[in-house]
Amino acid sequence: MIAAWRRLRVENEFLYLFINNRVAQLAAFVATLCVGAAVLSPWLAPYNPYDIANIDLMDSLVPPAWSEGGDERFLIGTDDQGRDLLSAILYGTRLSLFVGLLSITFACVLGVSVGLMAGYFGGRFDTIMMRIADVQLSLPAILTALLIDGIARGILPREQHDNLMIIVLTVAIGLSLWVNFARTVRASTFVERNKEYVQASEIMGMHPLRIMVVHILPNIMGPILVILTVDLAVAVLLEATLSFLGVGVPPNQPSLGTLIRIGTEYMFSGEWWIVIFPSAMLIIMIISINILGDFLRDAFNPRLR
Amino acid sequence: MFRFILQRLLQSVFVILAVCLIAFSLFRFVGDPVAQMVGQETSLQDQENLRERLGLNDPLITQFGRFVSNLSRGEFGFSYRTRQPVSEMILKRMPATLELGFVSLLISLIVGIPAGIYTALKRGVLSNAILIATLVGISVPTFVIGIFLIYLFGVELGWLPTFGRGETVQIGWWETNFLTINGLKSLLLPAITLGIYQLTLTMRLVRAEMQDVLKTDYIKFATARGINYRSLYLNHAFRNTLVPVITIIGLQLGGIIAFSIVTESVFQWPGMGLLFLDSIRYVDIPVMSVYLVLIALMFVGINLLVDILYFVIDPRVRSKNARATQ
Repeated sequence: MIAAWRRLRVENEFLYLFINNRVAQLAAFVATLCVGAAVLSPWLAPYNPYDIANIDLMDSLVPPAWSEGGDERFLIGTDDQGRDLLSAILYGTRLSLFVGLLSITFACVLGVSVGLMAGYFGGRFDTIMMRIADVQLSLPAILTALLIDGIARGILPREQHDNLMIIVLTVAIGLSLWVNFARTVRASTFVERNKEYVQASEIMGMHPLRIMVVHILPNIMGPILVILTVDLAVAVLLEATLSFLGVGVPPNQPSLGTLIRIGTEYMFSGEWWIVIFPSAMLIIMIISINILGDFLRDAFNPRLR
Repeated sequence: MFRFILQRLLQSVFVILAVCLIAFSLFRFVGDPVAQMVGQETSLQDQENLRERLGLNDPLITQFGRFVSNLSRGEFGFSYRTRQPVSEMILKRMPATLELGFVSLLISLIVGIPAGIYTALKRGVLSNAILIATLVGISVPTFVIGIFLIYLFGVELGWLPTFGRGETVQIGWWETNFLTINGLKSLLLPAITLGIYQLTLTMRLVRAEMQDVLKTDYIKFATARGINYRSLYLNHAFRNTLVPVITIIGLQLGGIIAFSIVTESVFQWPGMGLLFLDSIRYVDIPVMSVYLVLIALMFVGINLLVDILYFVIDPRVRSKNARATQ
């Protein structure tokens, strides 16, 4: 048994560290639950909140089932339009995670491509891209995302806003997060580039694109994975913030941020559940992703071992 | 040193010009300025005359030159939405944002630096509690913090106002919150909301830097010499963490300006952030582009100031540069 442990530690250090970290396991469990609930929301949710046939305005602002005036049809109450809050939260989580994952994938593909090319070829492309990255890095992501969102609103015709908002949101968040990927990948590529296996591939006459993608990329996956996790939390947060500010997802498809915004309007008159439950969901999701990100960062950082 | 600052200054001018170019293309190509200014029944001929009069048919480079020279003279044009001069609108909103930002920066430094030093030096229940609290502080979105503060202190306890600036005092064109009790109370919740995230960043950074410095040989030697701990920690260790701390304060000012948009929206604080948000909602391009240029100016100014402060604080930078220029 002990021998097996020792072997695991040498052979799969990552798994070994994970098995010994209770907090990371808990966070992974909670994160999986959130993702599961989001993916399965059409089957898990008692009602479909997008379907107008299910919504009755007479059911609006019903408190949670256990409190006075509650209705057992709606476990945690309803919102201002009579939507079942539990269903709205499940669907909202799905939308939030969907936009978050899509935009972080966009940022990752863009950032990794730029970083690989800048690190591999160097030269003028490298200089220009890194200058742009420097300027953008001095602006906080939320400002960049807001600005791109605003420009898109100006360019696109007004009738198209609702249909295109999710794409606009994804691009805005993605463009404000690519810099982290690009800088890290560039630095790692710089190191890998001078190693013997890359030189060997070059002598064999391999195409640079093939060297970058097939040979260099697998060797720098660690840091990419760390940024992916840490920035996923940032992307979800950005989406929630933009939707809260009213410039995010269209109002007929509420995400968690939209639900929270609606909730604040009713907070003063004592309808606390509309704001509390979506906020709790958002916080739990972001904390678990952040803890996982911290774990990955420590696990991939040889200095800390 | 002079050469170094000159170099930085040139770089800053370059950045500002780049941002002006973005603002200009926003202004010129997003939506048609003429269509925004005239009514629907204006004839095409009149529209064309207006276009000629505004110089929109000139070469783009001339237009850009005019745009920059207008900006530098403080002529920012008119808002599409309210028809007021943009400069007036922004000037009226600026004190609100600056006062809010100043107080939240103060909160983040006054609480963050001591907490960072404490958690670096002491291990124990309190220290761990503070560290867990910072994880929450980083994970909970700014607007949710604001909402909970409103719920607790505004709705449940009813201690503090949660909406707007409250009573203000006018000094010249500057409207201040600092001179009335009600104004100060109104300032409290938004400033805490805005400051909490920055506070956790400051604390984590000071802690990490302190831990690094405490491992160095000169601290070990100073401990061996028997210098008293207070002086050791404050004069020897903390002083050497100041350089990265100043960088982060510079970055934080940027973060505070950006996140003031969110905080101002939660508390309906009538500052520049709320104005910017409205201009995005209503696609009010002139306000958007001027806000962009102003923000860029602020960021560049802050970065320049931080660079100069390095010289004042860190003698190593000074000597290295002196050698490099000789």
